[in-house]
Amino acid sequence: MLNITTKINGKSVSGTVEGRTLLVEFLRNDLHLTGTHVGCDTSQCGACTIHVNGIAVKSCSMFAVEADGASIDTIEGQENTDGSLNKIQQAFQDHHGLQCGFCTPGMVMAAADLLQNTPTPTEAEIRNHLDGNICRCTGYHNIVKAIMAASGQDVSAIAAE
Amino acid sequence: MPKDSGIGTSPKRREDIRFLTGNGKYTDDINLTGQSHAVFARSDVAHGKINHIDISAAETMPGVLAIFTGEDFADVGGNPAGWLINSRDGEPMKEPKRPVLAHGKVRHVGDAYAAVIAETVLQAQDAVEAIKADITELPAIVDMEAALAGGGFVHDEIETNQCFDWGWIEDNREATDAAIKAAPHVTTLSLVNNRLVPNAMESRASTADYDRGTGDYTLYTTSQNPHLTRLLVCAFVLGIPENKLRVVSPDVGGGFGSKIYHYGEEALVLTAAKKLCRPVKWTASRSESFLTDAHGRDHVTKIELACEKDGTFIAFRTDTMANVGAYLSNFSTVTPTFLHGTLMAGNYTVPNVYVNVKAVFTNTAPVDAYRGAGRPEATYSLERVIDKCARELALDPIELRRKNFIKPDQFPYASAAGLEYDAGNYDALFDKLEEIVDFGGFKARRAESEKGGKLRGLGINSYIEACGIAPSNLVGILGARVGLYDAATVRINATGNISVMVGAHSHGQGHATVFPQVVSEMLGVEENSIEIVHGDTSKIPFGMGSYGSRSLAVCGSAVVRATEKIINKATKIAAHMLEASESDIDFKDGKFSVSGTDKSVAFGEVAFKAYVPHDYPHDELEPGLEETAFYDPANFTYPSGAYACEVEVDPETGKVTVESFTAVDDFGNVINPMIVTGQVHGGIGQGIGQALLENCTYDENGQLLSASYMDYAMPRASDLPFYTVDHSCVTPCTHNPLGVKGCGEAGAIGSPPTIVNAVVDALHSGGHTHVTHIDMPVSPARVWSAINS
Repeated sequence: MLNITTKINGKSVSGTVEGRTLLVEFLRNDLHLTGTHVGCDTSQCGACTIHVNGIAVKSCSMFAVEADGASIDTIEGQENTDGSLNKIQQAFQDHHGLQCGFCTPGMVMAAADLLQNTPTPTEAEIRNHLDGNICRCTGYHNIVKAIMAASGQDVSAIAAE
Repeated sequence: MPKDSGIGTSPKRREDIRFLTGNGKYTDDINLTGQSHAVFARSDVAHGKINHIDISAAETMPGVLAIFTGEDFADVGGNPAGWLINSRDGEPMKEPKRPVLAHGKVRHVGDAYAAVIAETVLQAQDAVEAIKADITELPAIVDMEAALAGGGFVHDEIETNQCFDWGWIEDNREATDAAIKAAPHVTTLSLVNNRLVPNAMESRASTADYDRGTGDYTLYTTSQNPHLTRLLVCAFVLGIPENKLRVVSPDVGGGFGSKIYHYGEEALVLTAAKKLCRPVKWTASRSESFLTDAHGRDHVTKIELACEKDGTFIAFRTDTMANVGAYLSNFSTVTPTFLHGTLMAGNYTVPNVYVNVKAVFTNTAPVDAYRGAGRPEATYSLERVIDKCARELALDPIELRRKNFIKPDQFPYASAAGLEYDAGNYDALFDKLEEIVDFGGFKARRAESEKGGKLRGLGINSYIEACGIAPSNLVGILGARVGLYDAATVRINATGNISVMVGAHSHGQGHATVFPQVVSEMLGVEENSIEIVHGDTSKIPFGMGSYGSRSLAVCGSAVVRATEKIINKATKIAAHMLEASESDIDFKDGKFSVSGTDKSVAFGEVAFKAYVPHDYPHDELEPGLEETAFYDPANFTYPSGAYACEVEVDPETGKVTVESFTAVDDFGNVINPMIVTGQVHGGIGQGIGQALLENCTYDENGQLLSASYMDYAMPRASDLPFYTVDHSCVTPCTHNPLGVKGCGEAGAIGSPPTIVNAVVDALHSGGHTHVTHIDMPVSPARVWSAINS
């Protein structure tokens, strides 16, 4: 067993893990941060996307021990300090960018990563960026639209209600 | 002035907040004190005789608490088929037992033959590795034609691989044959409706708990219909009294059909929880989901369309082989029969329809209803053969369809396939489609594509489907072993807020937002004062859950009926409070008033009176304000639509790109346009996935080649376009109180033929006129091969 210390959503957290424990297992099982989901076993679906040291990472593709000393952000820490939805979360709600909600945390974290580096992405840039995040419910239309809206673009011309 | 709440508006979804902040509660998020973990040993061969399973080494592994094999369940019931289908000769279908764990034989890769319960998942996994299974591999039966030819049987005891040979309508067979023989023109098409994996993003999971003191079980499970799961577990498999099992289906991450069914893992964790007196948890890996979730589609079909030279339809005849896999999943027998054959008249006045379906056992995972369930298969066959016919007769594909449409003044219309369509206006849908899509500009767009070396195709399509399943008396005659009503309880609490307990289950459809819109409209109270309760058999009335686009049409109607009962009783209470005759009470905007006076009481005051009945007509009324209604529909509902898309084909690589997609649907009345639009988007996404990308493939040994997201091409954001969606053409359903039809499956039903029609059109424009059909998925390899064949 190995001891690790990380900063998660701004708070210092310590834990003891097996060498084979995945970061997502540490988050879900040890820390009960169950907002980060597991949708596959081949690092394809993106439901477990979090930020490690500010960069989007699929938390099923890292061992927990590799996160020792890292600063981690998960979906549980994304709200504004007053508890309201942040602009990406709010855009997802405004534009019906989620249905069953299972892929949603990963989508929000992936979108945040995109907007950090590309503040005004094109439709194609958004679609390409989301290639590692699978949604089965929405057909992606409203996810793409929500991310465009979150970046401040006028989406009124994009068909939908 | 436009409304800002209630029916027809689009309030933001209230459930979104918890999903967006990581506070959703899915089955795997639930952890019970003292829980142990189940891991299954699964067959790595498609077909094999189990000689011996040696668990002795595994039993001594660290953390192991119990091991189960098929023998432990030899004396309990099998997981039953929910629908009896009779063959053409009157013989009932073959129903081999589907055991909790394989016993005697394994019948598909992934078939579980043992389960380990251990303190941790990793310990259970390690112990599964230590189980020594002596299994003699037998030749795998994978191809349906070979399966029907015999030689080896998936189930030796039934001595055939044919589950049934169904004819619909058998009395139409001879007339249809004669009409086709005598017809001036017959178009024939052979096609495959490709096998799919539903792939809800949350894999299946089940956690069972057993209370030794009371003998009560609790099962947390990923179900679209917790009461149905409870019924199946209790009445058919384990024999637990229904009142001793609580089934909780919390937030569920998508279903698409695959979570309708009861699976053996649920029975296993319940049995283990009782044996160990500890909670037992199991969560499928994605690989397990691929191997064991019920798959969808998998039809091999030959369809013939007979018509006059002017295109007037005379007959449709269909021969289909439908794969049911190794065992009958709960609705696997109704999906290729009544949910498929009864739709084979489409939107048309064709007088002769005959459908033959042979269901075939193979050494593959069970196949059952997947988004659309039978109707996508019907629509695909019909609309592809109609498109081929139009090309053969050099008729415009829209005009050919319009020529044969049932006209608005013909409703209600008895179709030649045995359904009575209550309402529709198919010409209006195409009028709207033509208004939205710039068909006139297509030539110029095609020319532009050609400049870039691409071929551009235009595909159109129409569909009708049957939703809101359905009248219990009718489905009973047809072989259903369950009723198909739904139920709702409306509870007005003493302080005036409202709880609505529904039998429907939301796994993405937004019930928490939509049902309050209906109740709010009826009672004139704020939507936010209404909470929906679902997914817990200890809290909700016995309903049949959500599938087949039935939540609003069936359960929504139950909500309306229960709310009407509330208004009736509240009116009586108000009459007492206002000292007026009940017949003089008007109820409007949440207020009861005596007509012609200014005397009134608010709804909340009436509710309070019902619960604090100090001054109350006890001789006439019971206290309290809570009503339950069960609603059994009078008919199916019949959504319909007209779709169009444009594709570009790169003739060098065969790659198809969807350039635009337009869906015009008639869903009857729409309660929440935002959610309806989202449902159509999702359906189209899955339909384009089927048409261009997805293919569940077994090799000749029954090994699943497409068993991960590395191999099974799920649609990604970059594969799909923005869609244009319209649902302004409305012919309300005539037999349910909301006039709604259902929208959950339409996109998946209407889109696959639209795409393939467009691809064929593109190839013809490039001179590849020998290509009359390409099977789905229309992959680059298939398109390139078709061009170069």
